[in-house]
Amino acid sequence: MIQFTSKGIYCIPGKFYLEPWQPVDLAIITHGHADHARPGMKKYLCHHFTVGILKSRIGPDIQVEGLAYNQSIHINGVKISLHPAGHIIGSAQIRMEYKGKVTVFTGDYKLQDDGLSTPFEPVKCHELITESTFGLPIYRWESVEMQNQRLNAWIMHNQGYKKTSVFIGYSLGKSQRILNAVKDMGEIYVHYSIAKLNIAYSDAGINLPSYQIIDPTTDMKHLDGKIVLLPPALLDTQLLQKIPHVAYAICSGWMQIRGARRWRSADAGFAISDHADWNGLLQAVKESGAEKVYVTHGQTASFSKYLNEIGVEAEEVNTNYGEELSV
Amino acid sequence: MIEFATLVNALDSTNKASLKKEAIIRFLTFAPEKDKLWFLALMTGKRPRRPISTKELKTWVLEITNIPEWLFVECYAAVGDLSETLALLLPPASEKINKSLSEWMEDILQLANASMAEKKAFVLTSWNRLNTIERFIFNKLLGGSFRLGVSSKGLINTIATHFQIEPSIVTHSIMGEWNSHDYAFDKLVRGEYSNTNLSKPYPFCLAYPIEKEVEELGLIAEWQCEYKWDGIRGQLIKRGDEIFIWSRGEELVTIQFPEITDALKKWKGSFVLDGEILAAKDGQILNFNELQKRINRKLISKTLREEVPIVVYLYDLLELDGKDLRSESLQNRRKLLEQLYQHNVGPTILLSPLISCENWADLRILQLASRELNSEGIMLKKKDSIYYVGRKKGGWWKWKVNPMTIDAVLIYAQKGSGRRSAHYTDYTFAVKDGDHLVSIAKAYSGLTDKEILEVSRYIRQNALEKFGPVRTVKPELVFEIAFEGIGYSKRHKSGVALRFPRILRWRRDKKAADIDTLENIKKLIT
Ligand SMILES: [Zn+2]
Ligand SMILES: [Zn+2]
Repeated sequence: MIQFTSKGIYCIPGKFYLEPWQPVDLAIITHGHADHARPGMKKYLCHHFTVGILKSRIGPDIQVEGLAYNQSIHINGVKISLHPAGHIIGSAQIRMEYKGKVTVFTGDYKLQDDGLSTPFEPVKCHELITESTFGLPIYRWESVEMQNQRLNAWIMHNQGYKKTSVFIGYSLGKSQRILNAVKDMGEIYVHYSIAKLNIAYSDAGINLPSYQIIDPTTDMKHLDGKIVLLPPALLDTQLLQKIPHVAYAICSGWMQIRGARRWRSADAGFAISDHADWNGLLQAVKESGAEKVYVTHGQTASFSKYLNEIGVEAEEVNTNYGEELSV
Repeated sequence: MIEFATLVNALDSTNKASLKKEAIIRFLTFAPEKDKLWFLALMTGKRPRRPISTKELKTWVLEITNIPEWLFVECYAAVGDLSETLALLLPPASEKINKSLSEWMEDILQLANASMAEKKAFVLTSWNRLNTIERFIFNKLLGGSFRLGVSSKGLINTIATHFQIEPSIVTHSIMGEWNSHDYAFDKLVRGEYSNTNLSKPYPFCLAYPIEKEVEELGLIAEWQCEYKWDGIRGQLIKRGDEIFIWSRGEELVTIQFPEITDALKKWKGSFVLDGEILAAKDGQILNFNELQKRINRKLISKTLREEVPIVVYLYDLLELDGKDLRSESLQNRRKLLEQLYQHNVGPTILLSPLISCENWADLRILQLASRELNSEGIMLKKKDSIYYVGRKKGGWWKWKVNPMTIDAVLIYAQKGSGRRSAHYTDYTFAVKDGDHLVSIAKAYSGLTDKEILEVSRYIRQNALEKFGPVRTVKPELVFEIAFEGIGYSKRHKSGVALRFPRILRWRRDKKAADIDTLENIKKLIT
């Protein structure tokens, strides 16, 4: 049913692509991150919550259709439905059924409930196409409560020294998650690129705590003791240096490793991820009941080799997902 | 261990010197006395013998986690640190414990006489009572090197500020031998035990690389010029009748160089000398690779002594008959050194010859040719300079010859650690040997993030074979590799070893056919 082509993952009977990286007629999109939703498609199909994100990221005039979770449609005889992936708002696994055979494409996902995204739901299938960003057993996330406690303790420590606590995380997903976690700790300022995506959350009926938009042209002295959220692109820029008493933390699964924390030379690193950890990936594979697994990005070689050793037929495939070197 | 874990965490998570200082001072204020001493001991390389090999620790973790060996290797490659890999792989603890750093160290010392079963029981119970960061520290305490993102010099400076004393006093006081039983932290760092200890070396005075043209240094007559030798910088101490040889890494290497001890026994007087330990034959300094054969050997056989004879070239005299000469001018120290040498002439311990040149232009000619003598360049020391602690700008400069470079092709690649574990950053390069390629050097990336990304993509698309984390790559990408020295080596397939190889730049303008040949590279060896 599926073919891995140079344009992207192709559904042969359905004649559509899953998250292609080159222009095609119909692209089904799992979520709004840039490496998964690329410009140039004639038509996009995604979850309702992702529609606004695509329009704001790619362009207001794109042709895009939204679906609800578990709602099914048929394209060229292939039954298609979207199921919660728990990665960010609107993130979905794509289920495709043709002549009794079921294939599921996970996109990015996590099993932890972050309190904002619709939690991950396992979907039974014959073939599973999965990511493996953190597909090594050294990646094991702490509970969300524990992670939030650590963020709050760090803010408290900084406030003791009258420092501004700056969190660096992806503008879509991670930032809203941090915003929600630190809501009781003080006044929050966010970069406008984050504010823009916050709207996608409020449009979906998700209440985010109140925040203000940081104005880079003003004096930043008033930020002492307060909380600021910035996207990774601003990590090595002037803005960070303009804040007089700054302590900044990177929130990313990569921060699990000391070497990564040091390499990025932030003041703190929190291993908080919107991707599944090792046990999460294994659990997802097992619960899907898949006979065959394709691994798209991340630790593809190790994860597929391990699956084969524990009796699940697996294969790594070359895709263009997950290609950024920064945070 | 809570204070220590907090400290490690703080030192680990920042690059700012001020925050590190803050964390160390917090530790020095709140930690128990014995913990402070242990901290100092660990940070300055004074650790007990490891009671358990890392191989055993690894085996136990594989047993507990039930992961295959190859996957462990992948994890280790991604983390880059064994203690940390073990800590991350173990399942979450089910119990808790709070022991101080010194209590842990006492337990670990006890293990030396325990049976393997007892050792295993102790380690497994401990792992099950510690969280990830504590476990990481515990594994570090059991063995391996302890680096904490703070240099021992950084630590010494912090201690000095905290106690309001000179850094040199702290450095001096904590070198040499002491233990956590009989010493008090405050007294130790203040130097109250120093005089009783005969072995204590002085902190080395180090030189910065010269940043401007030598002509800008003023009159050449104000400078003492000598060759920069590429051996082991060492301090030779004879106090009373006891002899100690310290390497710059603050390690006692006395037993590794019996011929120096023999020679010093005949020297009259009590003194501390600064010099370079070198391999030499028939008055010629040999390539560093020869000296390498004598490093880290427990037993120095007679054959090895004959094969790689040792000499010392003396640079300086730091102490004479109990008097610290470091605040004397270099000119005076050299005069005293020469006098001392005149009374003790012998074949093993020699004066580092001075170069006398009328002008900088003449010195330039010698500098360019210094590699022919197996020297790395020239040292310029102001004649009126005192013997500083550590590196200080202005007094001493090192003027090294430019690195040698070759063009080589990328043949193997391995992923980096941490965040870089998604990208190939460790490379092996090859040069031509007839019709074949032969690997010549390994280098970690000196490339920009963008180049790493591009090279990684190339490797993913052009990998020929996989051996665990290593990929064999189609030999197409050419890089310019710089290195500081070259010598023959039996351990390397190519028969040569490069010293400090690094990537200078990616030569996109060159093809694999343009790389250097082994034959030509061998011609660089003097
Ligand atoms: Zn994503
Ligand atoms: Zn992704």
